[in-house]
Amino acid sequence: MPYDYKPFDYVPPPGLRGPEPRQRVAIVGAGPIGLAMAIELANHGVAAVVLDDNNVVSVGSRAICWSKRALEILDRLGVGAACVQKGVTWKVGRTFHREAEVFNFDLLPEDGHKMPAFVNLQQYWVEEYLVERAQALGIDLRWKNRVVGLAQHPDHAVLTVETPDGTYALEADWVVACDGSRSPVRGMLGLDFEGELFEERFLIADIEMEADFPSERRFWFEPAFHNGQSALLHKQPDNIYRIDLQLGWTTDPEVEKQPERIIPRIERVVGHRDFKLDWTSIYTFQCRRLRHFVHDRVIFAGDSAHLVSPFGARGGNSGLQDVDALGWRLAAVVRGEAPVAALAAYDRERCFGADENLLNSSRSTRFMSPAEGVERLFRDAVLHLAGRADFARPMVNSGRLSVPCIYPLHAPDVAGLPDKARPGAVAPDAPLEDGWLLEALAGGFTVLALGQEAPEVPGTRALSPALTETLRKRYLGGAEKALYLIRPDQVVAARWTGATPEEVAEALAAAREGRT
Amino acid sequence: MSHLITTPNIADADTFYASLLAAHRGLTEAESHALNARLVLVLANHIGDRKVLELALALARDGAQTVQPAG
Ligand SMILES: Cc1cc2nc3c(=O)[nH]c(=O)nc-3n(C[C@H](O)[C@H](O)[C@H](O)COP(=O)(O)OP(=O)(O)OC[C@H]3O[C@@H](n4cnc5c(N)ncnc54)[C@H](O)[C@@H]3O)c2cc1C
Repeated sequence: MPYDYKPFDYVPPPGLRGPEPRQRVAIVGAGPIGLAMAIELANHGVAAVVLDDNNVVSVGSRAICWSKRALEILDRLGVGAACVQKGVTWKVGRTFHREAEVFNFDLLPEDGHKMPAFVNLQQYWVEEYLVERAQALGIDLRWKNRVVGLAQHPDHAVLTVETPDGTYALEADWVVACDGSRSPVRGMLGLDFEGELFEERFLIADIEMEADFPSERRFWFEPAFHNGQSALLHKQPDNIYRIDLQLGWTTDPEVEKQPERIIPRIERVVGHRDFKLDWTSIYTFQCRRLRHFVHDRVIFAGDSAHLVSPFGARGGNSGLQDVDALGWRLAAVVRGEAPVAALAAYDRERCFGADENLLNSSRSTRFMSPAEGVERLFRDAVLHLAGRADFARPMVNSGRLSVPCIYPLHAPDVAGLPDKARPGAVAPDAPLEDGWLLEALAGGFTVLALGQEAPEVPGTRALSPALTETLRKRYLGGAEKALYLIRPDQVVAARWTGATPEEVAEALAAAREGRT
Repeated sequence: MSHLITTPNIADADTFYASLLAAHRGLTEAESHALNARLVLVLANHIGDRKVLELALALARDGAQTVQPAG
């Protein structure tokens, strides 16, 4: 069943009648990242206005794979349950070379996490849930409000906004540019991406058909059905399947996007003609980012800040992690609880995260689309050996799927506690008596005390759950007790075996001020 | 006993693979061939064990004539 695009109401904004009061935060773009940003800020008590040039959700599903971390963030925003319920849950990926399976992976081999490894869900559904949530929170969403100009001042910015009824000016202390890969705001500031463009084209098609393919990611190198190139098949809800087909650089996108070219290609993949094209597109690979994400009063998040090739599902997922790293910091700055300098930590952390995504995406791209010569020689050698020797299997690279990076923090740490819960990592989830650890960690800074009482530290909440096997394994390792300071974005800020309130307070201040 | 390791044995194989490609950057095909040859000799010397080297040669040779030419 194709998605029913319901346009959102355009309401003439007050700024058309006379000057509006200055906004604390104006968000440009109501894609998944802008919407998530507005909800995250609202959760931290800061009202933002969202301006979007359009009045519907994403036309065509672009993002389909939402990672565990993205789902945890969406859950904190209030739409996680809807996404998981509607989406197709999966964790196994299979990679084939010609007819033989040469590699497979299981992304979540252990239990005891609220969210699954991955859910496939069309971007338009995610956006619809986010819009509903934003509306329920009373967020000022302004459809058909196109930002056409931006002027920076020492303590605010002024946006020029075009509507069907004319143009108005909107002042805001902060502008968050979530206006996507072509980001007009980026252009207005005279900024450009840096990085690599790959000479490769992929056809992407969402088709509707009755089929019972398992909920797995399937990727083929050189399948018989697609003439020596690569292909991907992935299941979505509503009987929609995503098919990606490598086309090569010498093909003409204008020709390739014709249904009479696409349909026979798909037929060779699925073996019949009993399907409908839902959405198709042709894309080229880019692995690029802005050098910095914070430019005085304008902050970039999502595709406006960085762009990766899609095979690691690192686009939307990393954008949501931008929201994660920015929301609590910007809210604290707006409320006067943190210095403006704290935003430098957002820039530092998310540039680091973007680099990890870019690195992984460019490596996958290189493997899928090797340059003629030695790159192809080694790629083919790996595929050849993968059928014969175990060691070559994990070298087969059809995309390394999005996992959150571990920020390099300079913060108190104790050797011997589990590595996966070290400062800079997202706190691992675990079941609690009533609910989940990550649910209990949403909101503000938390002191998680295990095997001991939590010290009282102003500005933190204490959490001392009863010790379970899972908590021990994920937070104590061999130790008897531990104390974790966890940030509002659920990232571990510091940890000790035991600490005085002063030590915790110092780590808290360092995290708040962006000094770690 | 001499034994060829065929299970994954390189920590962070993706980074190794990237270094391998980087080592070839800017070389002509002939220069790349030569680099590969030198690399094989260097690694073979590191392994040293003749038995292991024979096993490695056999594994690499397996299916060599069924592989389609690159391109
Ligand atoms: C084929 C494909 C497959 C993908 N698969 C995945 C995947 O599986 N998983 C994943 O995580 N990511 C995936 N992505 C990436 C994902 O779609 C993007 O990362 C995501 O859409 C970024 O969201 P955003 O909010 O930053 O930008 P967008 O979704 O592009 O939203 C930008 C918004 O800004 C608005 N806007 C633009 N200019 C203005 C202006 N001047 N004034 C006001 N509003 C403006 C636009 O109308 C739009 O609503 C995929 C992308 C593609 C193309």
